[in-house]
Amino acid sequence: MVLAPGTSPEVFAPARSTGSLLRGGPRGEGIGKADQPPAGQKTGSGPSLLQDGDVQRHLYLQDVLTQVAQAPERPRVPAFACRVAGCCQVFDALDDYEHHYHTLHGNVCSFCKRAFPSGHLLDAHILEWHDSLFQILSQRQDMYQCLVEGCTEKFKTSKDRKDHMVRLHLYPTDFQFDKPKKNKGPATPRAGTSTSEEALRDDREQLEGEAMEVCSEPVASSATPMGERRTYSRRIPSTICFGQGASRGFKSTKKRNKQY
Amino acid sequence: MRTLVGLLTSNHALLQLEAARCLHELSHSEQSVVAEACLPATSYLLTYLSGHSSDFIELCLYTLGNLIVESETVRRQLLPQGIIPALAVCIQSPHVAVLEALGYALSQLLQAKEAPEKIIPSSILASTLPQHMLQLLQPGPKLNAGVAVEFAWCLHYIICSQVNNALLITYGALSTLGLLLLDLAGAVQRTEDAGLELLACPVLRCLSNLLPEAAVETMGGQMQLRDERVVAALFILLQFFLQKQPSLLPEGLWLLNNLTANSPSFCTSLLSLDLIEPLLQLLPVSNVVSVMVLTVLCNVAEKGPAYCQQLWPGPLLSSLLHILAFSDTEVVAQSLELLQLLFLYQPEVGGFWPWSPTTCFEASPWPSSLPVLTIVTSPDLASLYRL
Repeated sequence: MVLAPGTSPEVFAPARSTGSLLRGGPRGEGIGKADQPPAGQKTGSGPSLLQDGDVQRHLYLQDVLTQVAQAPERPRVPAFACRVAGCCQVFDALDDYEHHYHTLHGNVCSFCKRAFPSGHLLDAHILEWHDSLFQILSQRQDMYQCLVEGCTEKFKTSKDRKDHMVRLHLYPTDFQFDKPKKNKGPATPRAGTSTSEEALRDDREQLEGEAMEVCSEPVASSATPMGERRTYSRRIPSTICFGQGASRGFKSTKKRNKQY
Repeated sequence: MRTLVGLLTSNHALLQLEAARCLHELSHSEQSVVAEACLPATSYLLTYLSGHSSDFIELCLYTLGNLIVESETVRRQLLPQGIIPALAVCIQSPHVAVLEALGYALSQLLQAKEAPEKIIPSSILASTLPQHMLQLLQPGPKLNAGVAVEFAWCLHYIICSQVNNALLITYGALSTLGLLLLDLAGAVQRTEDAGLELLACPVLRCLSNLLPEAAVETMGGQMQLRDERVVAALFILLQFFLQKQPSLLPEGLWLLNNLTANSPSFCTSLLSLDLIEPLLQLLPVSNVVSVMVLTVLCNVAEKGPAYCQQLWPGPLLSSLLHILAFSDTEVVAQSLELLQLLFLYQPEVGGFWPWSPTTCFEASPWPSSLPVLTIVTSPDLASLYRL
């Protein structure tokens, strides 16, 4: 079970002023950590005065963490399918559907149908992949923004940005949400083009939907041939927008890049 | 772990969820090597905090919180990976479960041993987290007890580190916490069992620790706590503790001590609200509580003759007589200190003293560790205590 550092609750012993018995001065003092009494003052003698508050907190947390660890009892509902056109995933619990929706239909690029975990990453993707003005500007100034929340650094190329993220932010070199554009740099391992050493990861990558999720059983079909999926995705013209689940992007008549 | 991370980042939502649950299970391990094995997943856990799926985010947060506790290596990676900005974005979520989980993760981060040097000054205080935390502690219809408890503890750890409490005061921490205390007292009076007593402990500690900072001259009047309803609210809480949880009495009394130490007006409130007798009723609870009650009374007495007049004789006399029969050195020492103050400002106190010298010493054998006292204001008493 996870606790605060150490096995016993942290104790904050108040520091008391000596208040020399002859002086009788005021005694307002702060509560510091047990091992760091302010200089020149004596700590409460014997066991800390305030241990029970920490014990209470510790027990409360233990309770909470136990509850979180248990698999939630999700109320089942009659099976229903996802309403986003082209996606026929079926659910029998609302929480599952909520997560599916946010993951696959929440932040989706309207050009390449790639789904992103957050609006922030989607915005960066659209700028860097589908905005020709960005391409022009990036030749003159640093435009590739660091993807880490809170970091405002910008870089000339996506490779420079990636180096920064790996070096400074300790991000993995194969961070899944920072794939350079295929026609820019060296071909990176992409779904279907498993030339790289990380074949296992490629299998997983095939599950990444540029198109809508395949309507077959979820897990087993990790080896769906690319050709089939491409055919499937061509059925939906890129100019069609599907209502509330619609992905955002620039309105453009340019055809989708079909090189995936 | 590679497989797990692959599943975590796959576009299959249910697989993602299961992978996150696996990681969460792993994070429960008490061995730091297991926590460190989860390092490849942390950048993704942080990325997902900016998403919208509340259950998933909640799971990621609890996982992160657990990993943070177990390993300094993990913390050393999470900070440059931007955990603080990620939390600052996530804290704006409207979901209560997410906020509770965030509070938990943050509270673990703040308790790290390197927090006062490496985490709080540069990252936490530089972010918008403290302001958001205080917002979540605002009393009112939107206050959620579970969320408030987590962030009250977070605030407590920040304040304890003593990095920059003045900054917190400029954000309005004192008034927010003061109002929250009033709210708590109200809830306790209505005998609501909304788990609010869990909020009492961290709020009392935060207030107690901020008060010495606010007393500094440069703070400015508007930043200080002046609301005297706080004293009444505190006593309501003390009564509640007396009945339900006496072990929390020292927490409340500590705040009372800090309120009265430097403020004549809070001492006046204590007297005018007739709170001396309820205070004295706490004396029999324990030695620790007795010492604190007496300390508070000392704070009142040292404000001057007008205050001493209100204290003496009244019920204080019999309480003191009773206490001097205690064998606990600290209790006796503190009560003698109170007596000394009373003699200082009200010499006629000596006339009330009913004991003969021999009775006094028989009842309370003088331990050799007790410092020697000389009380010079009253000749009769001086002969009593001179050793």
